[in-house]
Amino acid sequence: MANSTLSRKSLVLLLGLVVLLALPPVALALDEAFFISLFSRILIYALAAVSLDLILGYAGMASLGHGAFLGVGAYVVGILAFHVSEDLAIPFLPGAWTGTTSAVIAWSAAIVMSALVALAIGALSLRTSGVYFIMITLAFAQMLYFFFVSLVTYGGDDGVNLEQRNSFPLLDLGDDTRFYYVCLAVLLGFIYLCQRLVNSRFGMVMRGCKQNETRMRALGFETYKYKLACFVIAGAGAGLAGALAANQSEFVSPGLMHWTRSGEVMVMVILGGMGTLFGPVFGAIALLLMEEILAAYTQHWMIILGPILILVVLFARRGIYGFLAGDGGRDG
Amino acid sequence: MDRSSPPVLRVSNLCKSFGALRASDGIDLDVRTGEIHALIGPNGAGKTTAINQLSGELSPDQGEILFNGQNVTALPVQKRAQLGLARSYQITSIFPAFTAVENVAMAVQSKQGQNFRFWAKARADRARIDPAMTVLRRMGLENVAGAIAGELAHGQQRQLELAMALATQPKMLLLDEPMAGMGPEDSRRMTEILLPLKDHLSILLVEHDMDVVFALADRITVLVLGKAIATGTPQAIRNSPAVQAAYLGELR
Ligand SMILES: Nc1ncnc2c1ncn2[C@@H]1O[C@H](COP(=O)(O)OP(=O)(O)OP(=O)(O)O)[C@@H](O)[C@H]1O
Ligand SMILES: [Mg+2]
Repeated sequence: MANSTLSRKSLVLLLGLVVLLALPPVALALDEAFFISLFSRILIYALAAVSLDLILGYAGMASLGHGAFLGVGAYVVGILAFHVSEDLAIPFLPGAWTGTTSAVIAWSAAIVMSALVALAIGALSLRTSGVYFIMITLAFAQMLYFFFVSLVTYGGDDGVNLEQRNSFPLLDLGDDTRFYYVCLAVLLGFIYLCQRLVNSRFGMVMRGCKQNETRMRALGFETYKYKLACFVIAGAGAGLAGALAANQSEFVSPGLMHWTRSGEVMVMVILGGMGTLFGPVFGAIALLLMEEILAAYTQHWMIILGPILILVVLFARRGIYGFLAGDGGRDG
Repeated sequence: MDRSSPPVLRVSNLCKSFGALRASDGIDLDVRTGEIHALIGPNGAGKTTAINQLSGELSPDQGEILFNGQNVTALPVQKRAQLGLARSYQITSIFPAFTAVENVAMAVQSKQGQNFRFWAKARADRARIDPAMTVLRRMGLENVAGAIAGELAHGQQRQLELAMALATQPKMLLLDEPMAGMGPEDSRRMTEILLPLKDHLSILLVEHDMDVVFALADRITVLVLGKAIATGTPQAIRNSPAVQAAYLGELR
């Protein structure tokens, strides 16, 4: 019994991996290159969703402002590239640096910046909990949204266009297939990292906080400190997703930080399966594919999606992944 | 019990009001090292409110709490727990989705620290699990170590909660009705578990069952309407006319 559910889970994951690995050559053979960029986008949102699941599914922090970190990561890449193309020194930085298009530097900067923003937002938000936490994270994200809308240097509402994607020393990301595999590698790497994290001592503290934070404190845990650390790690993950998103569309706009975007990422987590690291990937695939398909028929696709979501929440508590993988998908 | 050493816990003039209700009305209380000190009183007397202030979950309006000579009145719950002040709750408070052994392992981990270890697998870590199993064995819970805590019988959950408190290796236990809702068999087992604990630590025990109180307590403090009306040996309390009038009389 335990064995059969375990193999069912492995089977689902293996199948998923094979599909994702084989997607670009198959799409090219079918002359549907569009699928490669669609799925690059899906992988990037999956990354953001996995990072949200870390705080939502494992630590019980329902943040409705995750788009903020996505946006900060994207803007770091966008702004660095903008200064290269304009040959303009970046204000407030020493040494008249005119930006970079190096992926290693830009993506690292995106991770660091979004982690710092998460540190600031988390330090304040985590003094509240429950509905207040949802509202305050939402409010911070909206503040950032309006801040970037008002930044006319970087296009305000319209955002910034990238002249080209970032570059690695020996790897040109301009090629969609190559970029797709980079996204896949980053996603798998991040999931592996999270896998270690949620099963470590630190991860047990997170799970404890989700189940019974009062108990954790009575046992002597400084829960605030550990939740903040987790919030920062999740913010950094979303920042990396933002950096990838900027490269994928070669365009950055405040829309990434809009609360509807944060909501979408949260829907991916719930739809795919909260508290399972692979669930959000299935959630991202399902949501963005549905969006793609339904949007072709009607612009009111949300009306169809809403009931589907309610059904999932009511009947598949562990989401799509829990449904596919059975009990093996559980990860309390 | 050592009468000459300073008390492990010294509470003076503890006051806490909820609106017009004085739930703690100038409570003075000493718990000596190695003592089981029972706190009794009718429903709504303010026993849980007192415990919550001692553990740090509620902050008193007035008064002072000294733990091992240190003023802890302003310290948050987790700091007091780190100093060795552990508690159990009147309403069972465990990690329902964890296994029983994982519940206790969290307490072990709290004592050991290293909470920022991000990489090594915690559930396979013998340094966490072995001490947890030792405590479970002491409580007679080793058979259910792998069971999901939320699915255990009520009595077992109460024992598990005590196991968690013990696994933090506290200097003092605040126990809020540890036998609440237990059958006589479980209740007797719990009494047997609690009695030998005096050798290592001090206990403040809130309990309604007078047989348990008289079997365990070295001293008793009686709380009525937020006031500590008497403190003394079980014999003295039993014979006190004031206590009988206020409290024992209505039970007997
Ligand atoms: N948070 C609160 N807000 C308002 N009133 C409270 C609060 N907590 C407790 N009370 C009131 O304070 C009084 C003391 O409550 P407390 O829970 O401390 O009593 P107790 O002695 O533990 O009773 P029991 O034996 O039923 O557990 C009660 O009248 C209760 O209704
Ligand atoms: Mg009570």
